[in-house]
Amino acid sequence: MTSMTRRGWMTVAVMALLAILPPVFYLTGNPFYLDLATRLSILGIAAVSLNLILGYGGLVSFGHAAFVGLGAYAVGIPAHHWLYGGMDFLATTSGLVQIPLAVAVCALFALVTGAVCLRTKGVYFIMITMAFAQMIYYLIVSIEEYGGDDGLVIDTRSELPFVNLDNPLQLFGFSYVALLVAMGLVRMITRSRFGMVLKGAKGNEERMVTLGFNVYAYRLTAYVISGAMCGFAGALLGNFTTFISPEMMDWSRSGELMFMVILGGAATTLGPILGSIAFIVVEEILSSFTIYWHLPFGLMLMAVVLYARGGLVGLLRGRGEDAE
Amino acid sequence: MKKFLTLTLAAGLMSTAAWAETVKIGFVTTLTTGAAVIGKDMQNSVNLAVEHLGGKAGDLDLEVIFADDGFAPETGKQATDKLVKQDDVDFVAGYIWSHVLLASRKSVLDAGKFLISANAGPSQIAGKLCDQDFFSTSWQNDQTPMAMGEVLNRQGVKSLYVMAPNYAAGKDMVAGVERTFKGEIVGKDLTKWGADAQLDFSAELAKAKASGADGIFVFYPGAAGGAFIKQYDQAGLKDTLPLYSVFTVDALSLPKLQAANLTGVMGSRTTQEWDPSLDNAANKKFVTDYKAKYGAYPSYYGAQSYDAIMLIASAVAKVGNTTDKDALRAALKEADFESVRGKFKFGSNNFPIENFYLREVVTDADGTWTTKVVETVFEDHIDSYAAECKM
Amino acid sequence: MDLSLLIIQALNGVQLGLLLFLVASGLTLVFGILDFVNLAHGSLYMLGAFLCASLTFVFGNFVLAVLVALPLTGVIGFLVERFVARPLYARDHLDHVLGTFGLILVLDTLAHLIWGPAGIAVPLPEWLQGQVALSETLVIPSFRLVIIGAGLSAAAGLFWLVNYTRLGMLIRAGASNRTMVSALGIDIQTLFALVFALGAMLAGLAGMLIAPITEASIGMGNNIIITAFVVIIVGGIGSMKGAFIGALLIGLIDTLGRSFLDDLFKVFMSSDAAETSAPAVSAMLIYIIMALVLSLRPQGLFPPRTR
Repeated sequence: MTSMTRRGWMTVAVMALLAILPPVFYLTGNPFYLDLATRLSILGIAAVSLNLILGYGGLVSFGHAAFVGLGAYAVGIPAHHWLYGGMDFLATTSGLVQIPLAVAVCALFALVTGAVCLRTKGVYFIMITMAFAQMIYYLIVSIEEYGGDDGLVIDTRSELPFVNLDNPLQLFGFSYVALLVAMGLVRMITRSRFGMVLKGAKGNEERMVTLGFNVYAYRLTAYVISGAMCGFAGALLGNFTTFISPEMMDWSRSGELMFMVILGGAATTLGPILGSIAFIVVEEILSSFTIYWHLPFGLMLMAVVLYARGGLVGLLRGRGEDAE
Repeated sequence: MKKFLTLTLAAGLMSTAAWAETVKIGFVTTLTTGAAVIGKDMQNSVNLAVEHLGGKAGDLDLEVIFADDGFAPETGKQATDKLVKQDDVDFVAGYIWSHVLLASRKSVLDAGKFLISANAGPSQIAGKLCDQDFFSTSWQNDQTPMAMGEVLNRQGVKSLYVMAPNYAAGKDMVAGVERTFKGEIVGKDLTKWGADAQLDFSAELAKAKASGADGIFVFYPGAAGGAFIKQYDQAGLKDTLPLYSVFTVDALSLPKLQAANLTGVMGSRTTQEWDPSLDNAANKKFVTDYKAKYGAYPSYYGAQSYDAIMLIASAVAKVGNTTDKDALRAALKEADFESVRGKFKFGSNNFPIENFYLREVVTDADGTWTTKVVETVFEDHIDSYAAECKM
Repeated sequence: MDLSLLIIQALNGVQLGLLLFLVASGLTLVFGILDFVNLAHGSLYMLGAFLCASLTFVFGNFVLAVLVALPLTGVIGFLVERFVARPLYARDHLDHVLGTFGLILVLDTLAHLIWGPAGIAVPLPEWLQGQVALSETLVIPSFRLVIIGAGLSAAAGLFWLVNYTRLGMLIRAGASNRTMVSALGIDIQTLFALVFALGAMLAGLAGMLIAPITEASIGMGNNIIITAFVVIIVGGIGSMKGAFIGALLIGLIDTLGRSFLDDLFKVFMSSDAAETSAPAVSAMLIYIIMALVLSLRPQGLFPPRTR
């Protein structure tokens, strides 16, 4: 068996398990595990979006949680106005408006901040992406109308044709399919000429410039795609938790997203999903044993960084094979 | 993965089997971050209540599952979801923070469980968002500062500077003191709250001093309270800007302040619905046993948590099962239990109708700093939002 | 606007700025010389505060506690360097960020296990408790002046150390050319460990100075670390001068924003809205400044010349 098909099979197997197990849990009277799967599917989308720029593009964004938060507020704010009045042009519960709004707002935010961030390199890039996320965090905190620090309860979920997001099974199904689409999309992008340039610039930026590619434009495009996709994940997360707060955009949340990507294996199709599964399942198990669960959890994260380069995908595939 | 599945399935079956004779209570509080000091006090009191009850509510076994809200509404809601869905508890109790309670409320009530707040009393839930399955063993946020506003009037304070954290309860506290205080509010600061709360108040204290107010009213629960008192003390404002606080000087901050010998807090006055010195049998037992077991005075957070468990146990004992929701609701509403604050009675919005006392920081017989009741400010006080509650 | 209030708030801002400088200087040393991103630098600040708090109760003397806690924090820094930082030097910044992110969780939880959740209030000696009257209306707590003094002396000491001592020379040389320094027979690993320990002591000192004002509490480091990063990014990574000016700038903006922004906002919005949004906007301000600086000068205000 070549490594390619082996990895392909692994992806199929993991995704199949993720499709089958949660509904089984739900139908056997453990609805909480379905929720867990919904959460990790949604965060999986965010991790997949981050993987596009971090894994393939080598752009370490430490502010991706801002997109999650913005996406969630793009659902919560129209719903809030629909219920409590004000800002009539925005007031709606239709997912056909809210979700595109989330994507558009995040794409725009990514375009504006990306244009500035991508002028910087290395650690400056890490920190400026974080700075923009903190800015959005404090902006939301300062808006009294939307709850400020207290957050906002979303009383009605997005209304979509054919799907009822109030039904936990359908919400899971929707998130799961969205995750598949996001994975496929990123896979398609990275295998296109565009993706080749993006990956090439990660390895050797100067060569790509010499070859006549406008690396800045390619990276900005990737950043916008990533932000938009992450905004979509945010819209789903808002619908899932039915509660949104600035907390969703805290820098530690951005760190967690980065961890999911690295834990699973950066620049691989399956990596971000394995990462989010491992992250959330381990968190769930550890936190049910002790309130001091951050201790083993932190040790585990450090061990992964120190000893398990290539992440879970690397471990499962054995040593000596480079990431895609 | 498969083993995991069978395990959880087995656990699911077991919990269904055990469900008939056990009453499960989920208790959400803060067990991590600096605010865990409050959570710990509540946890201790809950455990003491279960001990006093002999682990039984009538014929049913009592089981309490604690969950951590991490001092953040989002985490609190997740913890609540887990209690409701996975542990399938019959009651969800606890909640220190108003914003956590507001975020979690829907998860509990939509699942048809009872929600008992042992501390947070946001105005929304007392008014428009009131629910027949929600009960409080504490107060509505505005009430305690309203009592303080009344005290300020009696003491002839004409102008006041106000400081509170910027979150749901902080805003309610400010609204409460503004409702009864007849003088002028000359300045107001709402500071950053949460896990990365602002703890250095130099800029705000300088403003307060410059405002020339007769007094300063603050609300800083938990660790922030200690920090505030120290800086107030260091700034030497005791004589020029007397301190009037609610939920700031309590059994949690006093030991720390005593250890650091910050005598500036002696004699300082706060209002509260409960005090360790309240003279009734239930309270004497609670305070004595708490001190014996944990080596310190309980706080009002603990007292309210103790009452929450006693309330639930009384209702379950009366009904004899956890399936008859209507009977349980009626039994809860009757509140037929020995409360540590003496008599206990619910108002129309399921918040208690209760007395509020003025308390003063004193040294007890053993030399420990504590509080004692000076006078009763309000008798059988009903909160201001009860009229907005339609149920 | 009241002039004396403005002066007091400016002093408060300087005090916050100097505290930030103590944290940021260690960060920028480690960053500039070792090329290592240490998110857990804030945890060293927290550990410094807790150690000092415990020792204050042991010795019954705050000053003595600081003197003993400082080398202890250095030792902790040394251990962190040996077991976490050193294996990561050869990796990229992403691995640094993630590894030290894990370390934050570990150290915060350890602090919770050791000292409990309550936090510790640190008593000050009598002579530091009072206030100093600079004029009739200008009264400032004496301990705040101590912080200003300690911050300034630490800054002066650092400048002297880096610019006029043999160690400083080696540090500067090691930053620009590691192999050459090793060729001179200098143990570069020990040098790096010393730099790391020095950074830890500076952060620890900041924690010890703030503990008597707020208190030693879990997670206190996470509040300051992000701000400290903003400081060194604005100042230019690796630049001591940049860290100093950046820290004062950020400290002043934050304090003055908290004090006067709500009055400013009241001009064009309701008083309630102004009171709640002003603190958040002043918190936002420092990030706006950072973004502005970086968009105009991607290397910060004072990029070090050596690289």
